[in-house]
Amino acid sequence: MKALNATFTLLGRNMKHVLRSPDTIMTVAIMPIAMMLLFVYVFGGVISTGADNYVNYLLPGILLIAVATGVSYTAFRLFMDMQKGILSRFNSLPISRAAVLWSHVGTSLISNLISLAIIFGVALLMGFRSSAGVAEWLAVIGILLLFMLALTWLAVIPGLKAKSIDGASAFSYPLILLPFISSAFVPTDTMPTVVRIFAENQPVTSIVNAIRSLLESNPVANDIWIALAWCLGLGIIAYFFAVRIYTRLT
Amino acid sequence: MTKSIITVANLHKTFKDHAVLRGVDFEIQHGDIFALLGSNGAGKTTIIRILATLLKADKGTISINSYDAATQTEKVRESISLTGQFAAVDDMLTGRENLELIAKLRHDPRPKQTADDLLQRFGLLEAADRRTSTYSGGMTRRLDIAMSLIGDPAVIFLDEPTTGLDPEGRNEVWKTIKELADGGTTILLTTQYLDEAEALADNIAILHGGKIIAHGSLAELKKLLPPVKKQYIEKQPSLEEIFFAITGKKEVS
Repeated sequence: MKALNATFTLLGRNMKHVLRSPDTIMTVAIMPIAMMLLFVYVFGGVISTGADNYVNYLLPGILLIAVATGVSYTAFRLFMDMQKGILSRFNSLPISRAAVLWSHVGTSLISNLISLAIIFGVALLMGFRSSAGVAEWLAVIGILLLFMLALTWLAVIPGLKAKSIDGASAFSYPLILLPFISSAFVPTDTMPTVVRIFAENQPVTSIVNAIRSLLESNPVANDIWIALAWCLGLGIIAYFFAVRIYTRLT
Repeated sequence: MTKSIITVANLHKTFKDHAVLRGVDFEIQHGDIFALLGSNGAGKTTIIRILATLLKADKGTISINSYDAATQTEKVRESISLTGQFAAVDDMLTGRENLELIAKLRHDPRPKQTADDLLQRFGLLEAADRRTSTYSGGMTRRLDIAMSLIGDPAVIFLDEPTTGLDPEGRNEVWKTIKELADGGTTILLTTQYLDEAEALADNIAILHGGKIIAHGSLAELKKLLPPVKKQYIEKQPSLEEIFFAITGKKEVS
């Protein structure tokens, strides 16, 4: 109970950081929105996905790019807390050490959800439509939350380990690029064999396919289980290393 | 002799191959200002971090407020407060929010009241609702120390509290430290400035080569030297005295 109280108090403090530098939420939302505009209105005409609405096809990948950008701010905020000695201050207080990390993770989830809501609003204006029912929507939100959670725990590691601010957020670049070599923008079957094998077996493709099927109320096949396995697997490994680094550090 | 509130015995700490602490012993009495004096890299911060439960010692025993620092960390954390080498103030928050944050984390039943009282006491009421990024060095340090007082810890660790401050800021902090000690709080202070230890401390320990090489009150330490020779010289004003005369600020007596 005490640990939960401390987590919420610290969460409130972190959220003040987010809300007082709204550019962090905007930056996270703007880049994926720009990409969505670019792909729909510039390249979209020549991309044939088999779907009649390219925004529908594109949105899941765009959301994942936004999450990959968003979690880099968790690394940034943790790095700054450590740099300024604020982490030492918290850790010399009689509060649970887990509360400090979980408050950063909770902040990441909330601010990512805000960014995703903004992107989603823009997608609606661009003609996104979904036939998904309540259960399917809940499943989509669940997968996205799990994906955020996994990447956030991954972000904690460079946040604690980095030697500079740039180093703290550099880990997210490959994550942002991953959707480009996946089924997020174009179907994988036109890709050369080697690229296709990579694309079809990396996490983004299964997550994108699962979300896309859910939003179109199509059967999700195996994708959803592969997607869940990736998110849980990555999340648990990242959590294990993050906590180990944190306890060694303090 | 009064009961000591901190007892450190045979403390060892090695980083990689570098033995920073090689058997440090000292005791601090209740209500004292105790200065740990040493040059840069002598291991002062390492001692503070170990005492504040942020770092584990390789060897040795530490008792704080009669709790063991290695095993009763929760109790020790309730007894202490750390003011690190660089002011650990959240610069995205206001002064008031910083204080309320720590008050809530320390389960203070009335965090708003506590924040108000401390703002008043440290002369920060006017700046209370400004973000601390706009504060001067001295104000930030005072807020930092005010944050450390929440929850009335028995011991406060101040790691180089005046490093990087201008003379005015330094005097503000010195005044604060004296007031705290007058109120009965035990203070462990590290410094590399000899005048700071001389001005504030009841007892001084000199850390050198990973050990405490001298330990005692200023008067006792002075006895380690040969008797003073009397010399008559014309007293020149120090640059500090000139600085304060021109800028019109009074030095803390």
